[in-house]
Amino acid sequence: MNTTRRTVLRSATASGMLAGLIAAGALRPTQVLAADWNKAAFEAKDAPGALKGIGAGATVDSKDLIVRVPDIAENGAVVPVDVVSTIPNTSSISILVEKNPSPLSAHFELGNGALPEVSARLKLGQTSMVKAVAKADGKFYTAQKEVKVTVGGCGG
Amino acid sequence: MSAMNRREFLQMLAAASVAGAALESRPLLAAGNADALYDLPKFGNVHFMHFTDCHAQLLPIWFREPSANVGIGSARGKAPHLVGEHLLKAFNIKPGTREAHAFTFLDFAQAAKTYGKVGGFAHLATLVKRLRAGRPGALLLDGGDTWQGSATALWSKGQDMVDACKLLGVDMMTAHWEFTLGDKRVQEIVDNDLKGRIEFLAQNIKTTDFSDPVFPPYAMREMNGVQVAVIGQAFPYTPIANPRYMMADWTFGIQDENMQKMVDEVRAKGARVVVVLSHNGMDVDLKMASRVTGIDAILGGHTHDGIPQPVIVKNAGGRTLVTNAGSNGKFLAVLDFDVDVGSRGGKVQDFRYKLLPVFSNLLPADAAMAAYIDKVRAPHQAKLEERLAVTEGLLYRRGNFNGSWDQLILDAIMEVKGADIGFSPGFRWGTTLLPGSAITFEHLMDQTAITYPYSTLTEMKGARVKEILEDIADNLYNPDPYYQQGGDMVRVGGMGYTCDPDAAAGRRISDMRIGDKSMSADRIYKVAGWAPVDPSASGEPVWDVVGRWLKDKQTVSTRKVNVPKLIGMKGNPGIA
Repeated sequence: MNTTRRTVLRSATASGMLAGLIAAGALRPTQVLAADWNKAAFEAKDAPGALKGIGAGATVDSKDLIVRVPDIAENGAVVPVDVVSTIPNTSSISILVEKNPSPLSAHFELGNGALPEVSARLKLGQTSMVKAVAKADGKFYTAQKEVKVTVGGCGG
Repeated sequence: MSAMNRREFLQMLAAASVAGAALESRPLLAAGNADALYDLPKFGNVHFMHFTDCHAQLLPIWFREPSANVGIGSARGKAPHLVGEHLLKAFNIKPGTREAHAFTFLDFAQAAKTYGKVGGFAHLATLVKRLRAGRPGALLLDGGDTWQGSATALWSKGQDMVDACKLLGVDMMTAHWEFTLGDKRVQEIVDNDLKGRIEFLAQNIKTTDFSDPVFPPYAMREMNGVQVAVIGQAFPYTPIANPRYMMADWTFGIQDENMQKMVDEVRAKGARVVVVLSHNGMDVDLKMASRVTGIDAILGGHTHDGIPQPVIVKNAGGRTLVTNAGSNGKFLAVLDFDVDVGSRGGKVQDFRYKLLPVFSNLLPADAAMAAYIDKVRAPHQAKLEERLAVTEGLLYRRGNFNGSWDQLILDAIMEVKGADIGFSPGFRWGTTLLPGSAITFEHLMDQTAITYPYSTLTEMKGARVKEILEDIADNLYNPDPYYQQGGDMVRVGGMGYTCDPDAAAGRRISDMRIGDKSMSADRIYKVAGWAPVDPSASGEPVWDVVGRWLKDKQTVSTRKVNVPKLIGMKGNPGIA
């Protein structure tokens, strides 16, 4: 463990580094670019509605899109989700938690050749499929994995 | 009798036992032949001894194996989901023998009297020394759940077990319940007590913030000219099955991608034999063995399955042995590999495996270990031996749905707290008491010694009770082992229900009733329980509640064990 590095990274993440990324055009959080806020997609109450909102009418399952989530959530309030795409020309990645009241949980627009690797910590109200959607050359690709949320206790 | 010579006496004995005469000759049978059981010819050149889930049992105890360990889906009828005669048949063990007693619940109380207690660190130490003498360089691996499960382990914050393991000569360990001593205490033991003596290994524990490894993932040793690597796998669901606040800065999980990385790394560093010391539980180990390549053996624990032979799992890279070595100090596993060090490229050629039951009266106590155990117990002797009551029936815990010890706990907490319903966690540790035994405070602690022992009384709607039962049933019966947690079903008192293990999540539990009245989703019920994982929980320690109840009763009649009505389990070899 490197405490110094940790402290530096903490503050960096909070302000500087993120700002740097935005300035470099690698990351365009929708919060920053309020004009891009996709209200319909984020407020959709089910997965088909959210998919429609991001323009993903027809999708195909892809092995080149990887969703890394725990099998069982240690804490349903902050579930780490990593999505990696090796699909050429991936231009956006969205993450949906199917059983959440508003399934669309994150949407990343990737510009200027940014690596299509994104991470988020999402709240899961209950056991749910976590679905990633990647857009590349106008097509939409999906991959999904279930995360179990349990009351806990009673093990072993 | 004086006119009878030895041969005639033996003939008479044989005739009498054939005729079914009641003989007081049990000690004769029990004497047994230690050499026949424990003289294990050395095989090959790489040797591992493995024990797991001893749950801090320093002294010999009884432990009844389950009569319900149901496997569903593709696990149905396969090890470890075999009980009683089904297990004997699968592993070709003769019924009515010492081995049959070790591996099954059959005729338990009678056979326990015949063959005596099992385990105990002083007896285990003798066996370890005996095997080490014939297997130079052998490594002793501890699969975890070692620092928890007894009064003295709880009161010494694991110290009695840490020092016992150092004396026993443990080389490497991984963990689960150890973490319920708190992350700081674990770190303190690892940094101070274990340093330079016992490697504490876990490839699947990282810090929650930056995913830095917390412990070394593996250790490598040269054994008789062969490089071997041991990779540690801690219990993946520790922060879920136990209170997360106790290890809040660490994240666990199965992490089989990282496991593959570790295997590849040690192979690249020259390891010819790779074993994983795992606390996954056997079903998870079987799945992991099918996905990760390059592991020679997974020496497993957590699910407390005493499985006589390894299951051989084929995968893309070859084959992996998967074992599970029981619990409570009852077994010591010996795994020998023959590794060619010459022209054939240093590969494993063959193996031998034996899961040895530790019968205390066949193995003299090791003097140094016995003296150590006496020393740690001495200050607590009076409290440990405090007699609370006498049990008329057999008291055991293990089994998918309930055990008579848990029923006793349920009866006690429900009565003391005035509850409609009782919940007791589906732990798999906890020793067995024979009918007519005194129940001492130590015995009660064998069932309850945890760092979050609070007893609770909660008001719950019927719908919430169902939700909890469904949730726990899915932890046990999800067809995908990676979604299982490895405990047993929560024990339930005061209400009946029907359970369909094969059904989908959320649809396994039905017909919940109290007496002959159906429960209502909206009605509020008073539920007594203990071992809450919520950080804000508090309450009188469960051992005080149950201890008071026992002292009040003095004699405890045979408990009526409340089990659910099961659907679709007829003929399942995992249920007696």
